[in-house]
Amino acid sequence: MKLDAASTSGLSEREGTDALTRDDRALLLRYMLLMRLAEERGLALYKQGKVPGSFYDGRGQEATCVGSAFTLGPRDRMCILHRDLGAHFVRGVTPDRYLANYMGREGGVTGGKDGNMHFGDRQLGCVGMVSMLPDMAQVAAGMALSFKMRSEPRVAMTFFGEGSTANGQWHEAMNFAGIHRLPVVFVLENNQFAYSTPTDLEFAVDPIQRAKSYGFPGVSVDGNDVEAVFEVSRVAVDRARSGDGPTLIECHTMRMHGHGAHDDMSYVPDEMLEEWSRRDPIELYVRRLADEHGFEAAEIDEIRESVASYVDECAEKAVASPMPDPQLATAGVFAERWEPLGDGEAPWSRWSQADQGAAGSANGHAPPDGDPGKLVEHGRAA
Amino acid sequence: MAEMTYLQAISDGLREEMRRDEAVFCLGEDIGAFGGAFKVTDGFIEEFGADRVLDTPLAENMIIGASIGAAIEGMKPVAEMQFADFIACGFDQLVNVAGKLHYRQGVSVPMVVRLPSGGGFSGGPFHSQNPEAWFIQAPGLKVVAPATAEDAKGLLISAIRDPNPVCFLEHKGLYRHVKGEVPEGDHAVPLGEARVAREGGELSVIAYGSSVPLALQAAEELDEDIEVVDLRTLNPLDAESILASVEKTGKVLIAHEATRSCGVGAEVASLVSERAFEWLDAPIRRLTTPDVPIPFSPPLEQAVLPQLDDMKEACRELLAY
Repeated sequence: MKLDAASTSGLSEREGTDALTRDDRALLLRYMLLMRLAEERGLALYKQGKVPGSFYDGRGQEATCVGSAFTLGPRDRMCILHRDLGAHFVRGVTPDRYLANYMGREGGVTGGKDGNMHFGDRQLGCVGMVSMLPDMAQVAAGMALSFKMRSEPRVAMTFFGEGSTANGQWHEAMNFAGIHRLPVVFVLENNQFAYSTPTDLEFAVDPIQRAKSYGFPGVSVDGNDVEAVFEVSRVAVDRARSGDGPTLIECHTMRMHGHGAHDDMSYVPDEMLEEWSRRDPIELYVRRLADEHGFEAAEIDEIRESVASYVDECAEKAVASPMPDPQLATAGVFAERWEPLGDGEAPWSRWSQADQGAAGSANGHAPPDGDPGKLVEHGRAA
Repeated sequence: MAEMTYLQAISDGLREEMRRDEAVFCLGEDIGAFGGAFKVTDGFIEEFGADRVLDTPLAENMIIGASIGAAIEGMKPVAEMQFADFIACGFDQLVNVAGKLHYRQGVSVPMVVRLPSGGGFSGGPFHSQNPEAWFIQAPGLKVVAPATAEDAKGLLISAIRDPNPVCFLEHKGLYRHVKGEVPEGDHAVPLGEARVAREGGELSVIAYGSSVPLALQAAEELDEDIEVVDLRTLNPLDAESILASVEKTGKVLIAHEATRSCGVGAEVASLVSERAFEWLDAPIRRLTTPDVPIPFSPPLEQAVLPQLDDMKEACRELLAY
């Protein structure tokens, strides 16, 4: 995979794939399939009338969110967006809670308080998105600011689409992150359309070129190549963790469905969809696993089948989840006390190996005394 | 106790909390070396360093958004809007992110937004507003508006300790004109509790912020049996204190400098009519700024902001009813 040479200052070229074990690779495939099949199930539930409102998925963008989220350690934090279901799964959300959230059920991540992809499991180190984009870039920068102030080697990562780069808040977040060299990784998902608006009506210059003007590197990558996304994210996360500041990663990908299920995508040329469907991130990766890493067809089939049966099981659980008690509608406007976020799962083998070797120091040191962050106990590495 | 101005009391409360809790830090425009447009953080950068007295770019959504992220991770940011008016530029982060996070996801956001508000000094349409009602319409935000030096310190300390986003309206007209005895050291005034600023039996003036000293002066000059209730916290409102005063006096004047329609006065009037109708001996009256931008030129500004004579006249009319 070729990085955009014009914008890679501070980042190394992709150095092969030696950061991943065979098991890691199987996991990358598993998470991408989990996203694909869970979203297909969600769409089916929508068509059955079980999902209030509309339905939004990230079909075609599985490699982007899985590859980037896979690099994070337990105590890192994420603000995940609506095309990034795979990142939730990497951090430990289960598909039943995702599907239940879409159906407004008690078992959903927000318990019915918010819908569709507007969720984040605070127990898994995630702050869920709002509809205003790219608001979470500012929040992620703020989390990174706290890590920097307390000298904690932790990283915040967030996503936004190319459409969001037109909003003034994007500039505010990039500018602030650049000034203070915050440990934050911005993943720009260029999926070619902001709802129906093509990129040539969104900006005159590719937003990756702007990273330099904010004082940090930007790197473009094939967003449908999960290992390429993983590798640039790994470098960016390591840079952030070691105090070298933010990185903007632009993942070129394609939104293969409409903005929502109500959108027939009539504005997308057929040949464009055909071209991108030949670059399906899951099928690309299956071929690479077979060709370069000796995965047998039976092994791939086994992964597909086990993911499919897991999604079946989760869908049953979600459908069985009751609707929330209407009395909860007025509860929880105000907090009674501050509570720390929990830690996310960190399935990349680096974290479990480091855990075993360094007794919990895999993702940084213990925060200093008097620091409320110390309540966040380390150690949920898978 | 020490005598302080309202402004000194705010500084004192902020300094006290920053000394007590390392998680507390300030951020905003020109608050560091310059000490803030009104000098609330004067000398702070020398004591606490540039990391905890953080000069930000001119980017209000960033100030609020970064505060949210830091608050979620256990810091206690105190963000300064240079003027309350500029919260309009950070409103999205405040109402859509900060205000809704706990309801939607159980994520608490312990942050304070300091808002130098109010007119009376030819600040014009963009440096004089009283935007408190904007926040009350956005669920999830607490709203505080002290009227005395003691409360300015005590409410700020409570706001910093509160696990929710708190909008702290500090009236610029009170900064240097209001003085009072302020407890030294730790002094917390609980949020959500009104205060009877003056006891009386014939008329209740329900006020907050700059209208409290105005009401007290009017009551003294009229030498009438007027009770003045200082709301102190606008959300959540202390309904019981309001109702207790109305039950005692039977007549209600609600006074605030903010514009009239759908303001705090409208909410208090509704509360009284719903829950204290039987006790009323006169129609509920409001003394507010009319629904206009705040004009620049002194005679124009004085024509719209509630003045002492307006307060006295409104009290006299109700007492005579």
